[in-house]
Amino acid sequence: MNILVCLKQILDPEVPARDFSLARSHLQADPTCADLVTNIFCENALETALQLRDRHGGRISILSLGPASVEDTLRKGLAMQADAAFMILNDTGHLPDSAATAKALAAAIGKLDRLDLILTGHESGDWGAGQTGGLLAEELGLPFIAFVDEIEETGPDRLILRQQNDSGWQKFSAPMPVVASITNSDHNLPRIPKIRDIILANRKPITSWSLGDLELSPDLFLPEHLLVRVTELTIPQAKGDCAFIEGATKEEKIGKLAEKIAAIARSI
Amino acid sequence: MSEPVSTVITALISPTQERASAGLMGAGQRLSETVGAEHVVVACGPEDSESASGLAHGADRVLLVRSPALVRDRQEVWLQCLTRMGSELNPAAIVLGNDALSQEITPRLAHRLGGASIGDAQTLTAEEGHISITRSVYGGKAMAKVKLQGTPAVVWVRAPSMDPARGRATPGQIEEWDFATEPEMKIQLLETQMDAGEGDRLEDARIIVSGGRGLGGPEPFEKLKELAKVLKGQTAASRAACDLGWAPHSWQVGQTGKKVAPQLYLASGISGASQHIMGIADSKAIAAINTDPNAPIFKHCQFGLVEDFHQVIGPLQEKLAELLA
Ligand SMILES: Cc1cc2nc3c(=O)[nH]c(=O)nc-3n(C[C@H](O)[C@H](O)[C@H](O)COP(=O)(O)OP(=O)(O)OC[C@H]3O[C@@H](n4cnc5c(N)ncnc54)[C@H](O)[C@@H]3O)c2cc1C
Ligand SMILES: Nc1ncnc2c1ncn2[C@@H]1O[C@H](COP(=O)(O)O)[C@@H](O)[C@H]1O
Repeated sequence: MNILVCLKQILDPEVPARDFSLARSHLQADPTCADLVTNIFCENALETALQLRDRHGGRISILSLGPASVEDTLRKGLAMQADAAFMILNDTGHLPDSAATAKALAAAIGKLDRLDLILTGHESGDWGAGQTGGLLAEELGLPFIAFVDEIEETGPDRLILRQQNDSGWQKFSAPMPVVASITNSDHNLPRIPKIRDIILANRKPITSWSLGDLELSPDLFLPEHLLVRVTELTIPQAKGDCAFIEGATKEEKIGKLAEKIAAIARSI
Repeated sequence: MSEPVSTVITALISPTQERASAGLMGAGQRLSETVGAEHVVVACGPEDSESASGLAHGADRVLLVRSPALVRDRQEVWLQCLTRMGSELNPAAIVLGNDALSQEITPRLAHRLGGASIGDAQTLTAEEGHISITRSVYGGKAMAKVKLQGTPAVVWVRAPSMDPARGRATPGQIEEWDFATEPEMKIQLLETQMDAGEGDRLEDARIIVSGGRGLGGPEPFEKLKELAKVLKGQTAASRAACDLGWAPHSWQVGQTGKKVAPQLYLASGISGASQHIMGIADSKAIAAINTDPNAPIFKHCQFGLVEDFHQVIGPLQEKLAELLA
């Protein structure tokens, strides 16, 4: 099975609120206020692919669109034991929306050997759009399943995909090729690469394309051409007026807490 | 032949949560008024006449879709059905809810109609011929205003926290829409499983007691369930607790999980990461039990107790059972 996993590099979402700041444009975060990391859902997706390969064999390619720094994300993916890495270099200085991203990813996929399974993360931890997977499926004319947390191969051309939904899960049987967006679960926590693999990954080749190499217009990412455009970004303030429950003994404190909760419960 | 844009479609494709359906209707109605457009509500039907006429009180037209294929592949059927309605009605916007199915079809529907897609809108407005929305970004650390430069704007909204529709003096028209087309069924539904507990009603819950990694294992979540029973509430969890397998994923609250808006959200053993807060910010009151007085969750609380959950839960439940008897 040939699997492609789309990896996005983002500003570390765990950055504490006090360190988080905006770029001067007020249209994105200050890219220097935190480290750059691989989006967690993309790592959940890569882990899902690795487990499939562990069980059934196959080949895993990883693909990332972004500035030159996405090489780090691809190197980490290689260290986690992806087989081949591809990057679309965005040196335009503009942030694409999900639709332009999906167009570029689809163009790169057109250059690869036939794929059986294409995985994205459910959403990216920076803008949290959650749109790219579905848009990519449409670009490629393939079926799509969102919120997938488990994949099983059943025979040469079909997969079973488990989808988390509002109140439980559903299992679907899908023909390959298929696009799925991966969400977090208790069995796709990303593995930690071994030191040796991290060193080896530094020597592996990465294929890099420009937008021109993919026959895409250099204007694809211009803000005025995007379907979805950020016009303002602000930092909201936390209220922060918590009344801590005090008391001489634990029992007294628990009693006071119970009173407060009961007052709300009775008012409903 | 393109006519002037004059419709807003509200798509109620998973009408399971009362509160979400009401909020979604309200969002669609208000947007249609701002745009000066007809408000068309699409729902699964024909349902009982009572719920259809309920919808008609917030809409100019209600389209009840009947399709035999809906039971087998809701995603494909709704996608094709809404694509067809979208091309016929030429809407300025299609507004969907925050259920999994709506989230799943939003980008695909937008792509098929040549429009722009976005999710998790907290407000919806129309300015200078474009739809704009606001949404939390960077895991809740920033708020963005986003302009949708493509038409239609296909948007799923944070429905449960939106105000319901205003009742109209004269109800809209109710029509049935037969969608007999058998979509190409590439994907087959094999099995459906509901999680234990009543996680499906989380968004309607008035009281939610939730637990995180600080609870230390799966057993304390059983205690939370008992506490929820005493309070006639629901249970929820942080992503960390779900990832550890201590609670099912339908309990997950936050950026990637449910967005809830109860009268009281009681968080135990949850640090209060911004991604978690994103799911609970619309709660009337937030309270926390945490051993760390500096845990960020307290910045969002009305009241809090700095204690070990394990020592609190037993006596707390007893006391509440007594007070609420
Ligand atoms: C893209 C993205 C999306 C995310 N989406 C979500 C989401 O939807 N929902 C979500 O919850 N998270 C989400 N997260 C994860 C989030 O960033 C945090 O990692 C997570 O919420 C932490 O869970 P926690 O508070 O249970 O655990 P921790 O952060 O480990 O906190 C545990 C807390 O328990 C306290 N504690 C320890 N022992 C006790 C005790 N005995 N009694 C009482 N308190 C105790 C500790 O003081 C601590 O404050 C997301 C992250 C990313 C990057
Ligand atoms: N620049 C990118 N490079 C590679 N994959 C991406 C990129 N942007 C988005 N994706 C994929 O799409 C998923 C969802 O992203 P989004 O729609 O931005 O929330 C991510 O988890 C990635 O798998």
